[in-house]
Amino acid sequence: MSTVFIALQANEDTRPIIDAIALDNPAAVINRQPAMVKIDAPDHLVIRRETIEDQLGRAYDLQELQINLITLSGNVDEDDDTLTLTWNS
Amino acid sequence: MDMKATKKKLGMKERYRALTRDLGWEPSYQDKDAIFPYASYEGIKVHDWDKWEDPFRLTMDAYWKYQAEKERKFYAIIDAHAQNNGHLNITDARYLSALKIFLQAISPGEYAAHKGFARAGREFPGVGTQVACQMQAIDELRHAQTQIHAMSNYNRYYDGFHAFADARDRIWYTSVARSFFDDAMSAGPFEFMIAIGFSFEYVLTNLLFVPFMSGAAYNGDMATVTFGFSAQSDEARHMTLGLECIKFMLEQDPDNLPIVQAWIDKWFWRGFRVLGLVSTMMDYMLPKRVMSWREAWDIYGVENGGALFKDLARYGIRPPKGWDDAEKAIDHMSHQFMLGLYQWSFGTSFHSWIPSDEDMDWLSAKYPDTFDKYYRPRWAHIRKLKAAGTPFKNYGLARLCQCCQLPSVFTEPDDPTLTCHRETVYKGEKYQFCSDGCMDIFNNEPEKYIQSWLPMPALFSELGGDVGAWMNWVSLRDGVDNGDYDGSTDQQHFNEWRGLATSNL
Repeated sequence: MSTVFIALQANEDTRPIIDAIALDNPAAVINRQPAMVKIDAPDHLVIRRETIEDQLGRAYDLQELQINLITLSGNVDEDDDTLTLTWNS
Repeated sequence: MDMKATKKKLGMKERYRALTRDLGWEPSYQDKDAIFPYASYEGIKVHDWDKWEDPFRLTMDAYWKYQAEKERKFYAIIDAHAQNNGHLNITDARYLSALKIFLQAISPGEYAAHKGFARAGREFPGVGTQVACQMQAIDELRHAQTQIHAMSNYNRYYDGFHAFADARDRIWYTSVARSFFDDAMSAGPFEFMIAIGFSFEYVLTNLLFVPFMSGAAYNGDMATVTFGFSAQSDEARHMTLGLECIKFMLEQDPDNLPIVQAWIDKWFWRGFRVLGLVSTMMDYMLPKRVMSWREAWDIYGVENGGALFKDLARYGIRPPKGWDDAEKAIDHMSHQFMLGLYQWSFGTSFHSWIPSDEDMDWLSAKYPDTFDKYYRPRWAHIRKLKAAGTPFKNYGLARLCQCCQLPSVFTEPDDPTLTCHRETVYKGEKYQFCSDGCMDIFNNEPEKYIQSWLPMPALFSELGGDVGAWMNWVSLRDGVDNGDYDGSTDQQHFNEWRGLATSNL
């Protein structure tokens, strides 16, 4: 098992996104660091557009994540509805 | 910010496919090999370029939209920083040494990466790769510009920022980063991708941008946090490009494996040496520290690098050859670097200093196996010399490694009391190295590295050993930009101005 992660800037844009990630990934650990939030998960992490839209209360384009993204780790796959990070698939 | 009125006609995957399909065509009146003359000489075999896809599937319209958004955020904060005495809100002016190193050595590296990716985007035959390299070329240019712009606010008030372009080309410690990027840019396009896209971006930049920028936040430096995170938001895409390219090469042909592995071995070690300076920035130069170099390495080196190489094992890739030596160096390197910077501080366009008791206690706690045993006694001795009015200065010039160009200040991987030194003879000339890793790289491509411009030998061959003339040439003002922080004009100004800013005298 390996850790995949995504780190986002800590700001008003990302608060509902981080909540959505926590809801979709029960195994994820949220680390709050100065100015950033790093989310670790074992082998797999999924970010879903629908869950973010529920948290945000508006339509959301997953590519908006680019604006507040700091770093990530794992093999990436993105389409209109999900962004996934995986190791050892 | 991004309200969608109507549903887009095409999905993300279709849009990306349309972009890459429409840009790729079979040439009819020119030979493909003549259009892409550098695509095969490195020995990498590619059978189907269409198999390469950007997993973010970013199209140009989306790219411009999100980059513009990042710029707006960046400049809003840079304006606020300039309007609100941002230069006085840092913890103290020692912090600026880390920024000066960043501006002199790292921002020019961003510009070099811009040139390299512009070239790689032209030289790769695959459209997906061309588009991703083109975006990265523009990103890297943006990084150089935003960094220079953000730090120009400090240049109005503090020393050592004024001549970063001269420093980049001429000062000894900046030639470390410069030679790294020159080495990558003078390689073929595939090796360039492994050098910058994979080893530097994927394996190593997290160590530079993530804990260091968090550290900038801790030290009240809004400008740097902003350019750092703005740049880093592009890095996620760059890392992904690096990883995708490596997987692509390995999936295209089994003959590519040994070539790719050799580049991983080389560029991991080159990158590890370049980023060594960051260890000192984190452990010594942040007045308020966020985590130690060791802690950052455990997260972004051991855990993340370990995960990456475990994942790549399915292609037959093993961790880089220097991995174990790197691990053995982690608890020593920041101390060895800082001792080096302090003793040669006449030749640095930033300040260094003797750590305080409080700093040393922090270092003991973070490095329980090494600091008190090997490094505290040396600092204690250096402090005694300073108190006696005979500060420790080394006006002898350092022996530089022919490969990484760092002074050989490092110790043997298994003996921290013995300086590591390797040498080899090539065509009757003797060459010196700091490590097995650097000597192996030389031995593999001696004709490349015998051409290196090394700053210390050049001081003698080009300036007759005249240190004053050298200072003029590198635009370093003696007694102003260099030397001990204690007693410097930066220290004096910061204390005075901060006093004025917080009182009504």
